[in-house]
Amino acid sequence: MADPMRIRITLQGEVADVKVLIFHPMETGLRKDPVSGEIVPLHFIKHVIATHNGKAVIDAQWSQAVSRNPFLNFRVRGAKAGDKIGISWQDNLGESASIESTVG
Amino acid sequence: MVTAMLWVGGVLASPEQDRLEIIAFFGNRFGDLPLDRYVLGSMMVNPDARAQYDSIMEFPPFQADVDRGRTLWETPFRNGHHFADCFPDRGRNVAGSYPYYDTSLGRVVTFEMALNRCRRQNGEQEFTYEDRSTMGVLTAYARTLSDGMRMDIRVDTPGALKKYEAGKALYFRRIGQMNLACASCHIAHAGHYFRDEIISPTLGQATHFPVFRAGEYLYTLQMRYQRCMEAVRAVPFPAGSEELNDLEYFHSYLSNGLPLRASVYRK
Repeated sequence: MADPMRIRITLQGEVADVKVLIFHPMETGLRKDPVSGEIVPLHFIKHVIATHNGKAVIDAQWSQAVSRNPFLNFRVRGAKAGDKIGISWQDNLGESASIESTVG
Repeated sequence: MVTAMLWVGGVLASPEQDRLEIIAFFGNRFGDLPLDRYVLGSMMVNPDARAQYDSIMEFPPFQADVDRGRTLWETPFRNGHHFADCFPDRGRNVAGSYPYYDTSLGRVVTFEMALNRCRRQNGEQEFTYEDRSTMGVLTAYARTLSDGMRMDIRVDTPGALKKYEAGKALYFRRIGQMNLACASCHIAHAGHYFRDEIISPTLGQATHFPVFRAGEYLYTLQMRYQRCMEAVRAVPFPAGSEELNDLEYFHSYLSNGLPLRASVYRK
């Protein structure tokens, strides 16, 4: 299991700027292990949902084209201090993680 | 010729003379830039790269590695002592004084050597200098305790001067199949293009290590020296060797007065 996500939210007026670091190998399934020579299996985040006070604001389908340790940055309008921002992901091997943080 | 400048009429220039000549040389090349700007390396002449760097440094992707280093720093040894006990002010604002010349040892001591000395003196095994998962992340955190500190390298005894001169000689020596010296690129061609990259000047380089290349791959200063040696197809000296320690001593002195910032992003 990778490190837990890191999240940082800054409020600029009524816009919350959300930065999320997700730690995940995001293997393309094309890479060979340098020691064994075996193909490193496909392992990538398939689905990402970001919520604002429980309501989905981002519903993304990712592929193995996204690089390792994806960095996600988005802005939510109509945010105020105390609002909850949640991020959750599931990958192709059934692993998942989520994080929640408060604006302001 | 650059080398002629620093060897005035056969008499070896003093370290302070070297440093001032280098600053004057780059002042000519880069114009009237504030000295502090040199810590950015080639980004000092590339505003777009600088903007991207600032953006990434707001939320560095390698933060998890630095935090692992923090855990290593804060975890007590088996005898109950901590790394912080080995340094003045719990390790804050010390890294800019390294390397220094230890008269009793007759060797240059780097910050990483001091970390290992702390382990050894407290009954623990020393870390391998090239091992990212131990010494790498440890120094990635420990050096950040000195962020903002101005480099303050001392060369004030005859023994120290000898080691400084040895490092300087290596800096200017052509090595490897490509027959290049550090100075060939980082003084003579600083600011010029090497393939698609702008070469950084030697001034300011020693202030900003370790770096995380592509935000992920940790390199201490001596690991970086090794990569450069490999790039000119020379066999690299081991990290922690006298050769690289002396080189780091000379190289760090040149950045005296510039602000330290550890664990930064590089492409």
